[in-house]
Amino acid sequence: MLTRSTTGSIGLIETQYFTFAADEPLLLESGETLGPITLAYETYGQLNADRSNAILICHALSGHAHAAGFNAPEEPDPGWWDDCIGPGKAFDTNKFFVICVNVIGGCKGSTGPMSINPQTGRPFGLSFPVVTIGDMVRAQTHLIDHLGIAQLLAVAGGSMGGMQVLEWAATYPQRMRAALPIATTARHSPMLIAFDEVGRQSIYADPNWNGGDYYDGPRPNAGLAVARMIGHITYLSETSMHLKFGRRLQERARFGYDFETDFAVESYLRYKGNRFTERFDANSYLYVTKAMDYFDLSDERGSLLGAFAHSAELIYLVVSFTSDWLYPPYHSKELVSALSAVGADVSYLNIQSTWGHDAFLLEVDTMTELLTSFLNRLVKRFEIRPPSGSVR
Amino acid sequence: MSRTGLRADLGVIASLIEPEEKVLDLGCGDGSLLRYLIDTKRIVGRGVELAEAKVLACVRNGVAVRQGDLHEELRDYPEQAFDTVILSYGLPYLNDPAFIVTNMLRVGKRAVVSFPNWGHWRCRLSLLLRGHMPSAPGDPQAWDAAPRARGLTIADFTTFCTARQIRVVTATFLQGTRRVPARFDTNLRATWAVFELR
Repeated sequence: MLTRSTTGSIGLIETQYFTFAADEPLLLESGETLGPITLAYETYGQLNADRSNAILICHALSGHAHAAGFNAPEEPDPGWWDDCIGPGKAFDTNKFFVICVNVIGGCKGSTGPMSINPQTGRPFGLSFPVVTIGDMVRAQTHLIDHLGIAQLLAVAGGSMGGMQVLEWAATYPQRMRAALPIATTARHSPMLIAFDEVGRQSIYADPNWNGGDYYDGPRPNAGLAVARMIGHITYLSETSMHLKFGRRLQERARFGYDFETDFAVESYLRYKGNRFTERFDANSYLYVTKAMDYFDLSDERGSLLGAFAHSAELIYLVVSFTSDWLYPPYHSKELVSALSAVGADVSYLNIQSTWGHDAFLLEVDTMTELLTSFLNRLVKRFEIRPPSGSVR
Repeated sequence: MSRTGLRADLGVIASLIEPEEKVLDLGCGDGSLLRYLIDTKRIVGRGVELAEAKVLACVRNGVAVRQGDLHEELRDYPEQAFDTVILSYGLPYLNDPAFIVTNMLRVGKRAVVSFPNWGHWRCRLSLLLRGHMPSAPGDPQAWDAAPRARGLTIADFTTFCTARQIRVVTATFLQGTRRVPARFDTNLRATWAVFELR
């Protein structure tokens, strides 16, 4: 069911910035180094007395640190997961201290290819080192240190956010108590790599892209828009496209027999593609999709058991959606099988939905019920106290 | 319901569980048995359940639950991963009971199953006198109800275990909510049975 959450908004939120690795650059998985690194982040709610109520939210490909509330009173839409973060919502900010960080390689305040390279005084462009999901997560640990949090109560996220959750669980199990990977995979499949590559090729093919050096001139918006259109197709499902658009025509009564927009679905994709170019950097799209494509927690034999061998003490909630063909339920089931085999406390639900991959943001009612119940269990199990004076 | 608040057969199953056991409950419903065992015996519990609404209920009950089909999910667990594997009222609904029971004993040190006894005299009379296919004692269902149950009797299950060299450690029989001792006519008198297997 699709209903907008009616519980409270966290209200006005300011994005914050944390800079580290100024003296000693961060060593990346590629062997390159990066520093100084700035992370854009937002926090919602208060830390409790023993700092045990912190939840890190990891964002998806096109996401950013602004997960809830409003950055300005006139902002038309709240943060990207406002349906689930706020007072009385699934990630209840009366109980939890919720953190969301923009990934490195991104373009929404954290260091990425459009940031100024301190050595040249010009934007990095393609001289920005290739980063991995592991690098993104390692950077996040520096922020968690900075916030004085020894152990997160949970790390949660959908899609690429879910990959970060799994990376956290596999690499830093001692720094967290629960992991909530949603609509994600432990290994980017060849099909996913293929879609990402088509998106990247459309950016390369835009003459404005200019080998990634375009910050002084026109931007490769046409290429980026096509990449986003491909992305949007993969976030929907055939059923959701039928429901959303059918074969409806857009602002015309009959076929135009021309190459203007005929169908509603064309109009939707063009609109979404163009809007995306206003808020996203083409080079970031290359870097972030590349990071996803490199993501694979399995060993040479394809087994996930090794990755989670030391993470069996965590409590997991794995969620998939029946119509998600981008990160199909059997990717999640494979993960659940591995977690069960190592004896982990894992709960899994494949939520009935027609909305494809987008369902993780749209199935608000079921997600709210599931997340609320699961987080309540954590609160009881670990005796998590609310922050003092948390009643807003 | 007994004083534990559990269905009678679940009460019997609960009485077989030792404190701090590791327990897997197949077809765990809303998770009330696991919840009860966690609260009273500090067990480590895991559940498997197919229906989305029941999975949500389990999570609400604070129980670890995986959504899935038993025939698939059981394969994931290593040998002897659990002290006890429970299958309450699941047998009549399985496609491949032999596979499930064998695997329960693979992943668990022991298995506990409960089922209604279609050998009960009322069931027998239902077909003999009224010509209607009997439904499970205490659970009236038409023959075409979904999911369809394939009835079994205590005698059927005993034969099943013997044929597969499965050892019956204990067998508890219920008449309604009351335990009744095993006798030559148990298969006529008992409405439910709980078998502990190794």
